[in-house]
Amino acid sequence: MESLIIILVGVLTTVAIYLVLSKNVVRVILGTAILSHAVHLLILSMGGLKLGTVPLLGEEAESYVDALPQALILTAIVISFAVTAFILVLAYRAYQELGTDNLGAMRGSDDE
Amino acid sequence: MHLLILAILIPFIATALIPLIHKRTGALHIGWLVLLVPLVLFTIFVFQIPTISTDETLIQTVNWIPSIGINFTTYLDGLSLIMALLITGMGSLVVLYSIYYLSSSDSFPHFYAYLLLFMGAMLGVVLSDNLLVLYVFWELTSISSFLLIAFWYHRKNSRYGAQKSLLITVFGGFGMLAGFLMLHSMTGTFSIREVAAVMGQYTDHSLFYPAMFLVLLGAFTKSAQFPFHIWLPDAMEAPTPVSAYLHSATMVKAGIYLVARFTPTFGGDAAWFWTVTLVGLVTLFWGAFCAVRQTDLKALLAYSTISQLGLIMSLFGLGSAALHFGAGSQGEIYGLAVFAALFHMVNHSTFKGALFMVVGIVDHQVGTRDIRRLGGLMAFLPITFTFAVIGSFSMAGLPFFNGFLSKEMFFTASVNAAGLPIFEVATWGLLIPIIAWIASVFTFVYCMIFVFRTFFGPSHLKKLDRRPVEPSIGMLISPAILCVLIIALFFMPNLLGDHLLRPALNGVIPGIPGASPHISAWHGFNTELFMTLGIIVIGTVLFLTIRSWYKIYRLQPAGWTFTVLYNSFLKDLKRVSNWITTHYMTGHLPAYFAYIFSFFIAVSGGALIFTGALSIDLSADSPVSVYEGMLTAVMAIAAISILFAKKRLTAILLNGVLGFSIAIFFVLFRAPDLALTQLVIETVTTVLFLLCFNFLPEWTKDNASKRINIRNAIIAIGAGVTVTLIGLTVNSGTLFTSISGYFENSYELAGGDNIVNAILGDFRAFDTMLESLVLFIAGLGVYTLIRLKHGKGPDKDEHQ
Repeated sequence: MESLIIILVGVLTTVAIYLVLSKNVVRVILGTAILSHAVHLLILSMGGLKLGTVPLLGEEAESYVDALPQALILTAIVISFAVTAFILVLAYRAYQELGTDNLGAMRGSDDE
Repeated sequence: MHLLILAILIPFIATALIPLIHKRTGALHIGWLVLLVPLVLFTIFVFQIPTISTDETLIQTVNWIPSIGINFTTYLDGLSLIMALLITGMGSLVVLYSIYYLSSSDSFPHFYAYLLLFMGAMLGVVLSDNLLVLYVFWELTSISSFLLIAFWYHRKNSRYGAQKSLLITVFGGFGMLAGFLMLHSMTGTFSIREVAAVMGQYTDHSLFYPAMFLVLLGAFTKSAQFPFHIWLPDAMEAPTPVSAYLHSATMVKAGIYLVARFTPTFGGDAAWFWTVTLVGLVTLFWGAFCAVRQTDLKALLAYSTISQLGLIMSLFGLGSAALHFGAGSQGEIYGLAVFAALFHMVNHSTFKGALFMVVGIVDHQVGTRDIRRLGGLMAFLPITFTFAVIGSFSMAGLPFFNGFLSKEMFFTASVNAAGLPIFEVATWGLLIPIIAWIASVFTFVYCMIFVFRTFFGPSHLKKLDRRPVEPSIGMLISPAILCVLIIALFFMPNLLGDHLLRPALNGVIPGIPGASPHISAWHGFNTELFMTLGIIVIGTVLFLTIRSWYKIYRLQPAGWTFTVLYNSFLKDLKRVSNWITTHYMTGHLPAYFAYIFSFFIAVSGGALIFTGALSIDLSADSPVSVYEGMLTAVMAIAAISILFAKKRLTAILLNGVLGFSIAIFFVLFRAPDLALTQLVIETVTTVLFLLCFNFLPEWTKDNASKRINIRNAIIAIGAGVTVTLIGLTVNSGTLFTSISGYFENSYELAGGDNIVNAILGDFRAFDTMLESLVLFIAGLGVYTLIRLKHGKGPDKDEHQ
């Protein structure tokens, strides 16, 4: 299972980076969102998958799955949401000001 | 408070005080207050002479960073004392002179602040025993020199000269720092004395020669040795008191001081002997040769300084041979060269200081320093003329002036060296006295040019701006004192020799000097005397016939100078770096992303392959159920489809598919909290995207060229493969034991049954707090971006 997920992570990363390298702002933002999906899956699989029951002590099971990656991912999900929201608004604002959603056209003057 | 450390600190404190007091001095020239500083320090050091002349030394330490062996250790021996006396003595005279030299339009606080800064830094250089402390003060002297050369910063030449001196000396200083670090890595200490004591064991160390040459690089650049001499003539753009002080008497001797200080460390080695001697001799010759053709009096003195520094340098090189022999008569014979070097160092400061002050007076009173416009000044400036004669004749090595004594000793040393039985001197040894002699002939010629072209001959008064008169008495005091010293030292050289030079000699070639070398003006009809006589005869002939041989200077092609090399190097440096910068700093975000990911592939992927870490082991994998396999396939297909989505709505929905699939994965992988959060966040994100689309244009086809798209695809696939390989490798083994077991005690430690919640709310509560801070900042950013009024930014106002 872990290897399968890691390969999926590779596919997601490839797609995300291809989008990030694009000139279109929305594609870039979409790319970052997909990249964070990929990273979440990667972190989770690094802790080992399905090695125990849910990390609730009330279950009184023999073993629990690794709770640390879950805690990290929980933080990461919220942060990546905040970042996505921010850059979406930034893109909106940049479009309002500059009249383009093309990163190539957003360049400043030559002697910046 | 330790005396020596106080001595270093006083100038710095005075520097800091100048801006505070300069407005309150009223009619009193601030120079008079500044003058107190070098005078007090000079007195302090004079009172050290009795101690030092009995071969005692002073060591005072203040711990600075003891954990890495950096202590502010000051060390006063004969060598340091000579330098300290030169710094404070010349400092006093120069400050006094400058009071009358500077015009009221100059900024006194700046001038004296820089000068005091230099004085403190220079004292720091010569009194420090710690390599790194020495280095810091060393660079401070470069910086204060830079500031003083650029004192008249509105002149283009001043700025050029300042930059040139800074670039060359700091380049050398940086090399010297590397050398110091090598010394430390060999010996494990930063103390110069300790390094010198143990260096004998490390002569076979692979860092021995690199360290030696790097230290010499610092010394040669600072002391304007060939081919780094080119900065000194341009440094003459500084006010003349600065030239007299920094660029002839003290700062340029820092390199010589360094060579002397490191003679116990490296001396006795053939490479040291040859490098220092030859560089010194070449500089001696080239400086003297170039000085003859100069038409600006200060430029003439600059080249003459270069030449004299070369002379002193070569003497230290020759004298280092003494360490090869150790104690005994042979060692003492060659050690005389060091004695001569120290003597000449003092003499040079006296006569060159006087000559610079003479040029300053000429420039100040006549309005030009151009030899072609000067002449016949003897009638107008008789006192200045007397100083010029004393200074020049001393520099030329004529009797009744101190220069004669040290010049004779220099010849003795060079003749002795020609017979040196070591270092394969036999083959080329005869060249040493020959070069020394030829260079001295040129020295004689330019000394005569200095005196006779300026003060004799037809008066060109019509070409001059104003009728010259002697300056006020204050401007004449300093050169007068120096001229008295020049003559006094000729008649009483052994007073200096016994009390200062001999202890210094003991510091440079420890253990070798026996009795104090006796300096005498008359030692019979020997080789040295005939060499001097030859110089006077040939020199006079050359001076009188200068027109007939002057054309040899045209043999050097115009573009073949080191200054041209330096200029074109700077120009090319700018051009190339500009070219590189404009080619990679494109200002396009995709380009920067491409660099980042390419670098990631190269470094991470490269490390994975070249360290042999790559390993794939599937045995520990948990089984795959049908649902999970299907879900994986769905995600992969959804992700790839995004790339081909024609409409942005399709892409967003596909992204939603990815997000919700991950939520299902979280359920399958026993992560209920994640699944809940992911569901909420994914929903909100999708809504947010759709909301924003209202305000953003429809996707246009990405009109990038096919080549760019292929490049992007290669980078993307490379990065994806790298991530996959790293993931698989990490998954194949465990290098460290997991720390997760600790958190399973969450009930006992944090009172929570839900481990994930306990981690977030208790174990790593600070993380969570800062996470909410990030959310808050992002929220603030979103709010500000939306509410910010269109076109009211400060940037726009600026362009109105």
